[in-house]
Amino acid sequence: MIELHGLTKRFGEKLAVDSLTFSVRPGMVTGFLGPNGAGKSTTMRLMLGLDRPTAGDVRIDGKHYQDLDEPLRYIGALLEAQARHPGRSAYNHLLCLAQSNRIPRARVAEVLDLVGLQAVAKKRTKGFSLGMGQRLGIAAALLGDPTILMFDEPVNGLDPEGIHWIRNLMKRLAAEGRTVFVSSHLMSEMALTADHLVVIGKGKLLADTTMAEFIRQNSRSFVRVRTPQPEQLRDALHGAGITAVTAADGSYEISGVTAARLGDLAAQHRIVLHELSPQQASLEEAFMQLTAETVEYHAHETPPPEPVAAEPVAEPAGAWGENWQQRGRGRSGEGG
Amino acid sequence: MTTPYQATPYQAYASPIPVQSTGLGHALRSEWTKIRTVRSTMWTLGVMLVLVIGIGLLVASLVSSHTPTGTPVLAFGFFGVLLGSLPVITLGVLVISSEYSTGMIRTTLTACPSRSRVLAAKAIVFALIAFVLSTLACLIVAGADAGMITGSGIPSPSGSQWLRATVGAGLYVALLGLLALAVGAMLRHSAGAITAMLGVVLLPLLLALFMATQSLATVRTKLIEYSVPNAIATLYGIPMLSTGPQGWTPLWILAGVTAVALAGALFVINKRDV
Repeated sequence: MIELHGLTKRFGEKLAVDSLTFSVRPGMVTGFLGPNGAGKSTTMRLMLGLDRPTAGDVRIDGKHYQDLDEPLRYIGALLEAQARHPGRSAYNHLLCLAQSNRIPRARVAEVLDLVGLQAVAKKRTKGFSLGMGQRLGIAAALLGDPTILMFDEPVNGLDPEGIHWIRNLMKRLAAEGRTVFVSSHLMSEMALTADHLVVIGKGKLLADTTMAEFIRQNSRSFVRVRTPQPEQLRDALHGAGITAVTAADGSYEISGVTAARLGDLAAQHRIVLHELSPQQASLEEAFMQLTAETVEYHAHETPPPEPVAAEPVAEPAGAWGENWQQRGRGRSGEGG
Repeated sequence: MTTPYQATPYQAYASPIPVQSTGLGHALRSEWTKIRTVRSTMWTLGVMLVLVIGIGLLVASLVSSHTPTGTPVLAFGFFGVLLGSLPVITLGVLVISSEYSTGMIRTTLTACPSRSRVLAAKAIVFALIAFVLSTLACLIVAGADAGMITGSGIPSPSGSQWLRATVGAGLYVALLGLLALAVGAMLRHSAGAITAMLGVVLLPLLLALFMATQSLATVRTKLIEYSVPNAIATLYGIPMLSTGPQGWTPLWILAGVTAVALAGALFVINKRDV
């Protein structure tokens, strides 16, 4: 169990983490999602006591990180794959970590075996590929058999086989009753692994919800109907007990009814249809819309093409997604 | 807690190994593993041994075939120690700065969140290694000097001369390395910290060389008196000037400076984000 309370971190003018309050619960995979530069890594460093918070605090099973007796037994963290001395062998890297936490030497070989690095255990990590480095980082995280695991972008640099492996590993660890906290900037990745979802943007909490709830709210499927006879269609729908939402462009968005049923209904009432199309908002789109206002680095100036699918997304989108296409925010860093 | 796992949802995982508190001893073991498993340790200490012993024996063999000059017998170890201190300084800096340059420091501090303990463990392990090896090297050279430079009119070295030329020189080199470690912890940058330490060791004497004017005479004298080469020379009983710190005093001065630097390192390492 990790509890954040009003966690704030300011780097000079820039507010990297802005009063975050949420909990990471055991027995499930909690996804920590946000665009690049949203403050995910800073939040994780604050959790581990590497950065000092400007305000607020983090407790791990009720304790501050620096008060943990054998921290590797509580939390295993994969921060960045490169957090190691390249001249030291994989075995010795893990050995020095084990020794500082009274972990038996045999466990080192065990975790190396677990991540599939036993063949290169005695090799200096200088020559390791990104994927091997990631596996070594995961081995270090698992070293103390901790109750909480924290992974910062774990699938980075892994091949498909490795990605598959880490997904299953995270699920298995959570099923054993551990707390698994994993950050990513990829919604699609989270959709496959996470049970709970914490979304941040520009250091602020945007959503703290279960994955199922997020999907229910955001990947709404509906049928778009366009007609030159809107009055007649509305009456016909009303008569059939179907509620329709009028979209900004004058078309109707109808959920809970199949396109076939709507087509039949229109034919019955001799209403001309110009469009009858089932729509599905993808999670990726929902996430992008949710965080659009808070994206730190925009790739281009031109506004993105008209939203392909549903524009009314989750409730928070109204608050955070408003005027998201407007450019030229001040450079004050505070955002507005 | 070793309650058996139940199938209830969100049953917290409990490791079968009991958690106990860790202390400095564990950090020391960890740092010992770290320092012996990187090549820079072997290289720098190897170069130190070659310089101290090699130059020491070379000078001893050259001097032994000439007539005595009145210089204390053990003093010929000076040249090797002056040069040999430089690789020890490099290692002192690297012990901490390499952690910052590689990102290892984050892994280290998640494993041991007490930063003071990490710094203390590093300092102790490094200082012990540096002291033992440099004292050993000085002992070999002093033994060679005493054995090879003999003859009529040459007084055999006294007990305090022996002590200063071996344990004293070894301590001085270890303290220089420890000062380098503190500077490395504060600057967190290998090249910067090594350069700063080279400046500390070499600059005062170099500056003094070019202060020929009368008005700067006092500054010049002080620079020479308190320069590192002069301090080592004093330990060997051949100070450049008859004024200034004598006997063991240079060692206590360096110990004081190193203590202040370590306190500064302790302060910043606890204050900073990593």
